[in-house]
Order: sequence, then C-alpha cells, then structure tokens
Amino acid sequence: MERRLKPAVFLLCLLPLAWLAWRAWSGDLGVNPVETLNRYLGDWALRFLLIALAVTPVRKVTGWAAVMRLRRMLGLYAFFYVCLHLASYVGIDLFFDWSALAKDIVKRNYITLGMLAFLLLVPLAVTSTNAMIRRLGGRRWRRLHMLVYPIGMLGVAHYWMMVKADIREPMLYGAILAVLLGFRVLDRVRRRSGAAHAAAPGR
Amino acid sequence: MLIRHTPDLRESEVTDRRLYLDRRRFLALGAGAALMGAGQAQAGPIASYAKGVVVLDDKPTSKEAITTYNNFYEYGTDKEDPAKNAPGKLKLRPWSVAVEGECARPGTIALEDLVKPHRLEERIYRMRCVEGWSMVIPWIGVSLAEVLKRFEPTSKAKFVEFATLADPVQMPWIKSRVLDWPYVEGLRMDEAMHPLTLLATGLYGEELLPQNGAPLRLVVPWKYGFKSIKSIVRIRFVETQPRISWEKANGREYGFYSNVNPEVDHPRWSQASERRIGEFRRRDTLMFNGYGDQVGSLYAGMDLRKNF
Repeated sequence: MERRLKPAVFLLCLLPLAWLAWRAWSGDLGVNPVETLNRYLGDWALRFLLIALAVTPVRKVTGWAAVMRLRRMLGLYAFFYVCLHLASYVGIDLFFDWSALAKDIVKRNYITLGMLAFLLLVPLAVTSTNAMIRRLGGRRWRRLHMLVYPIGMLGVAHYWMMVKADIREPMLYGAILAVLLGFRVLDRVRRRSGAAHAAAPGR
Repeated sequence: MLIRHTPDLRESEVTDRRLYLDRRRFLALGAGAALMGAGQAQAGPIASYAKGVVVLDDKPTSKEAITTYNNFYEYGTDKEDPAKNAPGKLKLRPWSVAVEGECARPGTIALEDLVKPHRLEERIYRMRCVEGWSMVIPWIGVSLAEVLKRFEPTSKAKFVEFATLADPVQMPWIKSRVLDWPYVEGLRMDEAMHPLTLLATGLYGEELLPQNGAPLRLVVPWKYGFKSIKSIVRIRFVETQPRISWEKANGREYGFYSNVNPEVDHPRWSQASERRIGEFRRRDTLMFNGYGDQVGSLYAGMDLRKNF
C-alpha cells in the first residue's frame, strides 16, 4: 500500500494538466483562452507550492511518516506548474515579445515578484537530487531549501497584487500560507523551550 | 381645420415601440412566464433601428463572447458570473430612471418614455477594457445628448452622474463589499453631449441581456469599458466632478477620465496593447481607442497623464 502511494500521487498531480489539455482540445477554454490558460496554470503552481509546504506539518500533526517521501515530488510539481505558468505567459500571452517581457519585469511589481519567486525556485529544483543533497551536506541543503518560505510569500503576493478588486481568493491562499508557516514558527518555539527545560532540570 | 401631417414614415417605424413592448410584456406574462420565471422580461428583437456600418478590420465580436464574458460585479467578479447570475435575477420591467439635479425638468421617467421619442440606431463600436482585452460590439441605442437635452440642464450642470441599480434582492452579490455600491459613473457635460456617446438598449438586433447592463446602459467608446455604466436607474446633473466607483476603490489606478490611452499605463500593467477577443496575437491599442479624430479636441491642452 505505502509502496504504491508515490506512483499514485505522481499520477494524481498530473490530473490538473490532463484536465487543462482536455479543455483545450475540446475548445472549452472560454472566451479568452489565453487568460484562462495563464490563470489556471498560475492557480495550480500556487496550490502545489502550498501542498508541498503542507507535508511537514501534516507529518508532525498526524505522525504519518510516509508522507515525507512525497515532499520532494510535490515540490518538483510546484516547480513544474510554475514553469508551465511562466511559459504560457512568455510564449503565448506575450508571444515571445522579449522587450515587452523586460518592461513588464521592471515596471510591474507583481511580475517582478513572480519572476523572483521563479528564480529562487530554480536552485531548489536543481539541488533536489540525492547526489546534490550529499554534496551540499544535510545542514546546508536544509538551509538553502528554507528559501521555499519566502517563495511562498512571493507567490501569494504575486497573485494578490494582480487582482483588481476582489481579494477574497488571494486572501484565502494567504491565510493557508500563514497557517503553514505559523505552524513552523510555533513548532520551533515549542522545541526550543522543550530543549531548554531538558537542559536545566529541576529549575 | 384639420392639419394633416405627412409622417416621415419609415418601414421600420410601423410598430410603435410602446405597443411592441406591451405585446412583449403580455407574451412574457403568458406562456413565457411559466418557463422564464414570472415577470422576467425575455430579450427579444428590437422592432426597428437604423443599421450601423461595419468599419473594415473591425469585425464584430461573436455574440456568444459578448454575452458570456462580462464585468458586472453586482453579479459576481468572474467574467462568467454575470451571464450565469444576472438573467432571472434582474427584473427588467417595469424600469424607470430618476433624473435629478441641475435641470429644469427633473423627474422619474419610465424607460419606454425615456427612449421612445428618439431614433434607435445601431452603432458598431470598439470596446476596450482597462484589463487589456477588447471587443467590437454592434450596439443599438439612442444619442445620450438628445435624451439629456429634454431635461433642460441649467448652466450649473457641468457634469452628469449616473448610478446603477443597487438592490440586494436582485443583486445578492453586492453584500460582498467589493465596491462601494451603487456603482457610480460620470462624464463631463461636453463628453456626455458628444455625438458618439450612446445610451444603449440593445445589441446584435436584440434587447440587451441582463449581463450586458439591461435594460439601459451607457456606451462611451473612447473610454475604458468601466465608464460605460450598466443598468442605469439615476441620471443627475451636477456642478462638481462626481467621484466614480473605481476612483473611490483605487484612485491611484483609476481616474475620472479613463480615456483609452496606450501611452499612459495602468500602474500594474501596460496599456500599450490589447487582446481582441477571438484573436490570438495582441494588437496595439489606439489613442482614444481609435476615436481621436472625433473626440481629441475635447481634451486639447489637458495633461492626459495627470487627468488619467
């Protein structure tokens, strides 16, 4: 059962893409297909980022250790959907208009932040192999991969800032991110005070 | 002595619009009502109008796109929401408009009486949304200037303010305070009196659908789409520049004038190009949405960067 978990989740993570492909093929991307495509891929990039960030809290709360084996894959899926989102923006929305892209990155804050989030994700994807973890050493690797916290914040900010007036949906993503990051802060504080107690018995 | 008027009779004017509307209401209350929901007016063909001209290169956008891709936040903030939510909710008849403020003949007037004295005509206009997409829409309506003159605005009337219906029963979505309802828009008097400015009651030869701002909306083709306020219930002549809804929501990004201008970007995105719905590649946005020859003089000497 646990052995089949990973392949099953692997396929599950392809479902949003399959659904998109089906909609595109059957001409169901709506009146503004370019916008639909871009938004859809962006939504899923952010969702996978949050799903990957949920792995550790889920393990700590439920004690389900096997979930940790999914963490790398989910993180790479987040990167995968981020790449598709970026590709649809550059290749389809802007149609490889590089000067327009350069202007957007410099002038549009939400695009600046989105691009920064993508650039920060690249080293995390590159160092996701076992060989790279060994080469970096666990401690340095873990420190590098803490970048995913600011990346999550950049992702939510990127979405929040592009919305015209109705911020309820980005607020929801922001709230989920706050819970996931807040859990880590609390967990750390608790462990520290626990360690302090253990170090000073009888006090 | 009996004076015989020789009416300048057009084939198209044979059916009196009011009779026509009465017939429609009768039908709607009859068989149609059972199917469409009681009292809900159905969109039907407009009895008569002078045909518009399609300008080369500006093929009208498909009716399907025009009637399913809308910004009408009173019915939800997704583009598909208004077409899903507004029909059946927005009660189109009876409809009246309150005309107030600096004019000699204020009052509340039934929609039919507001429109009836005027010639309905088709105008095929480009519509550029501030979000960066555009359409070409064959509107049917009457000249706003002609309508406004009937109320005899005084010399104090420097601006015209319009308001959309804000009824929480017909528009439950307004309970979420996305904007400060009612939706308010405004024009400078000379903009309102410009011959291009249209008070629309239909599109594609049919009465407006609720999602498009039925039964009465403004169309100002050289300004971003949000200036063309929907489902109007109030017209007020005022002396000072009205504060419009989007300006109230975010004055740094949306201004009173909101003329289509490829050189003045929205703070968060470029306005230099647009995606015409139905086309794949972006196209360049035109100054005043391509109506510069007609309206450019209205803004002579104005700093359009400051008055965005």
